[in-house]
Amino acid sequence: MKIRVTELQVPLGASSLAVTYEFTQPITAVFGASGAGKTAFLEVLAGVRRPSAGRIELDGWVVFDAATRVDVPSRRRGLGYVPQDLALFPHRSVRDNLHYARPSPAPADLAFVDHVVAVLEIGALLDRMPARLSGGEKQRVALGRALLARPRLLLLDEPLASLDASLRERTLALLGRVHQEFGMPMLYVTHDPQEVVTLCHDVVVFEAGRVARHGPPAALFERTSTPVWQLRSQASG
Amino acid sequence: MQPDSLWHVVGFTVGVCAFSTLLILPPGVLLGLLLARGRFPGRALLETILSLPLVLPPVATGLVLLRQTGPNGWFGAWFEHTTGLEIAFTWRAVVVATGVMAFPLLLRSARVAFQEVPPRLEPVARTLGASEWRVFFTVTLPLARRGLVSGIVLAFARALGEFGATILVAGNIPGKTTTLSLAIYQAVQTGDDAMASRLIMVSAALAFAALWASDALQKQRHPL
Repeated sequence: MKIRVTELQVPLGASSLAVTYEFTQPITAVFGASGAGKTAFLEVLAGVRRPSAGRIELDGWVVFDAATRVDVPSRRRGLGYVPQDLALFPHRSVRDNLHYARPSPAPADLAFVDHVVAVLEIGALLDRMPARLSGGEKQRVALGRALLARPRLLLLDEPLASLDASLRERTLALLGRVHQEFGMPMLYVTHDPQEVVTLCHDVVVFEAGRVARHGPPAALFERTSTPVWQLRSQASG
Repeated sequence: MQPDSLWHVVGFTVGVCAFSTLLILPPGVLLGLLLARGRFPGRALLETILSLPLVLPPVATGLVLLRQTGPNGWFGAWFEHTTGLEIAFTWRAVVVATGVMAFPLLLRSARVAFQEVPPRLEPVARTLGASEWRVFFTVTLPLARRGLVSGIVLAFARALGEFGATILVAGNIPGKTTTLSLAIYQAVQTGDDAMASRLIMVSAALAFAALWASDALQKQRHPL
């Protein structure tokens, strides 16, 4: 999956987001501090937020181009978007949340549903309402709901932010498994270097709405004396 | 007034008010959604104009309605030309008066109900491939349901108690346009205190039932 973003401009209140970058790796981290524009960038790709200028191509398909006034609606982009607050539908059971994208699944789809439910280990939750789920369970259901729409790419906005340490580790491993099982490319927003190094093949560092640097995680991060990762002082890219 | 005509008045009032509430439901919901989600110049002005019957003296609203629904009014003339039926001083005038007076309550409840739907859910539903209609009927409307039902009940209760606008547009024609409120007024004017008391008790029972239903629906939790 190749995402080409060219001279993208997104107004963000007093500041703005300006990005030109080509995403080519299976799992790319969009890394940066709070307020760097990571979430806004993901929203723009998902078609939830409208840029003021620029062009976005998904494998050569232009989904947004301000110059030619192309703006493919989010429902046609085929991107699985999991926002940070997960946005599970509170009035629908887990089963109905999962089936939202395909309310009447074909027989072939049912096998896929079973596969996703098995991989995410949410079979026992199907009849529960979202309010009765723990943070980790909600995360898995939101991931399953996005996967069952059969997207071409998953957009994950800080998926581990609200989880405790042990659950973060398990969910990180689960995301790796989802990528392997379904061959699903991901764009992964985070501000945790540990997640980037563990899961991602490429990292793009956002600073104040700009791509400050990019490259393989190992080249950008180093482990400090304590088991903590930090950005290397030498910028690459 | 005879006791058997009391139940006729009650049935007429409830039926007409239910019909007028039903009529204002589609525009109330659509305009409530527009005011909750729309970002356009004049939005506040539009809401103010639509809410005027809430704050204007009901008699003033009634006079405006009488002028518009009479044979020389634009709406009355158009309606008569289209259907061959008159509005003023018929049961249809009661529907118009109660509907117009109850409309702001429904509109404001609908606007608040739509504003309370978590803003993240609709965009996410679209990314899952849902059309605007599907998003509205599967996400927006179910989550605004409690507020909307409460607004419908309040509008119905307001219609039940309508007096000032109704008496101007529909008059007080026994067996044709007399509602509970008008019947109470008539009973007092004719010194029939027993009938007035009975009518007040029926009105109180209906209003209590409507408000209780509204409160019960407000407190009802989502099946989370």
